[in-house]
Amino acid sequence: MAKRIDVSGLTAYYGSHKAIEDISMTVEPRSVTAFIGPSGCGKSTFLRTLNRMHEVTSGGRVEGKVLLDDEDLYGAGVDPVSVRREVGMVFQRPNPFPTMSIFDNVAAGLRLNGSYKKGELSDVVEKSLKGANLWNEVKDRLNKPGSGLSGGQQQRLCIARAIAVEPKVLLMDEPCSALDPISTLAIEDLIGELKERFTIVIVTHNMQQAARVSDRTAFFNLAAVGQPGKLIEIDDTERIFSNPSVQATEDYISGRFG
Amino acid sequence: MDISTKNTEAPPPAPQPAVAQHKRAARGSTRPGDRIFLGLSRGSGIFLLVIMAAIAVFLTYRASLAISKDEANFLTAFEWNATAVPPRFGIAVLAFGTVVSSIIAMVLAVPIAVAIALFLTHYAPRRLSGPIAYVIDLLAAVPSIVYGLWGALILVPHMNGLFGWLNNYFGWTGILSWEGGAPRSMLTVGILLAIMILPIVTNVSREVFRQVPQMHEEAALALGATRWEVVRMAVLPFGRSGVISASMLGLGRALGETMAVATVLSPTFDIQASLLNPGGGTFAQNIASKFGEATEQGRDALIASGLVLFVITLLVNGAARAIIARRKEYSGANA
Repeated sequence: MAKRIDVSGLTAYYGSHKAIEDISMTVEPRSVTAFIGPSGCGKSTFLRTLNRMHEVTSGGRVEGKVLLDDEDLYGAGVDPVSVRREVGMVFQRPNPFPTMSIFDNVAAGLRLNGSYKKGELSDVVEKSLKGANLWNEVKDRLNKPGSGLSGGQQQRLCIARAIAVEPKVLLMDEPCSALDPISTLAIEDLIGELKERFTIVIVTHNMQQAARVSDRTAFFNLAAVGQPGKLIEIDDTERIFSNPSVQATEDYISGRFG
Repeated sequence: MDISTKNTEAPPPAPQPAVAQHKRAARGSTRPGDRIFLGLSRGSGIFLLVIMAAIAVFLTYRASLAISKDEANFLTAFEWNATAVPPRFGIAVLAFGTVVSSIIAMVLAVPIAVAIALFLTHYAPRRLSGPIAYVIDLLAAVPSIVYGLWGALILVPHMNGLFGWLNNYFGWTGILSWEGGAPRSMLTVGILLAIMILPIVTNVSREVFRQVPQMHEEAALALGATRWEVVRMAVLPFGRSGVISASMLGLGRALGETMAVATVLSPTFDIQASLLNPGGGTFAQNIASKFGEATEQGRDALIASGLVLFVITLLVNGAARAIIARRKEYSGANA
């Protein structure tokens, strides 16, 4: 189910501006990889190249290779729509469809794929909501709009929506930055459970969070404003936070950046 | 210096109470700027209400004069002899014509307008969408008498082919049969009205679709939605109430359109079962056609018909608000 991501020589542009340059890394299946780094260093941009969401932005353009197991996501003839069905995404701000009920939100991806049997839908919705630790809180109001939930619940609803289609990889772009500490804890616990089934990549500004949830951590940095962001190093999280091999990483982690 | 220190000492802003405090401050303020602005804005509000009330009183008074003298049934009679003694007139034909021509216009214009708005906001390349939007704005600026002339001189002579075709294939339905008269009928009027309301419906819909938050569209994209599926899942549901409002603006124009209808329609005081046969009339067209030659008594009768149009417009707007309110819980507003 979960797949390995293998990136080599990836460069992404916004129009003529080079946002990230020459990034190569491997993400193991059933692991959590955290991206840390200062604002503007391109970690979110890089995350969005992994499910071809980068090119949705006007002027967005990518060079290089992203292999999902053996399939190149940027190969000729690869449909970005089918890539995104394999690589799910959770965004910074919870974004359940405001016009849909809780049930319909979770079912939305399945209905798109059209590959479900009648009666199977409610099972998948229940399973996904349970998988997102949200079932007990919403099982009595599945037909109410998703926008009526709290921020933390909405974010878990979005996670349920993403995992309902059984993606191979789950990308999370600062999923807790709009949430209070208790909701954040709930999401972090959930990430720990989800990594049994999915390959997870998470962008975070919170270094404690990276240390808590991830197996591997990648540090991104940029030389100066306007310069492209680069991958400084990627290593086991424990090592990054105790004994990083690059001085810049240690400076950033210990708060001596700039 | 003095002022800046005062500002920093101001109490920390708390959103709701702050507004209330401001209001109170403005009312009790002794500063001339506040008092003048308060007076102006309150005065404008009251002025508007007074004008509305004056119009309503005028319409109701003159209409009641006419209706009390009417020898025929005002709501159901198929005739308009308001200047005769005793006067006999009814609004049934006008109400029917107004509603039918506007419905035709809505049915034709709204889907096309929504499609254009979607194309401009979600499909067209930016350097194409700008000029197209500009041309649509131009369409809105054309005076309605020009539409009327175009309709009478160009559209009407070209309708024969369409009418013949409709009669051949759909004549059996009754509502699309044609006896071969000049195509100055409800359908032609409806088509002309559709063209006239297209710009306003398109423009408002386009604004609404443009305001769909990026994050909703990205949510759909990230699930593996195609472009059309993004439109269906995120854009259309979000824009729904806005499109309804846009349609109501268009409907308001269609209901009240005067010169274009008066130029194209050949009015009669009966109801044609077929939309293709000439005849019928609308409130606004009837007023425009008859007002010039009407006596005092005839004018009162026309004003009475205007009052009915006013009421119909109010009902339509109320219905639209009800539709929007019913779906409020699911609207994008509380996202």
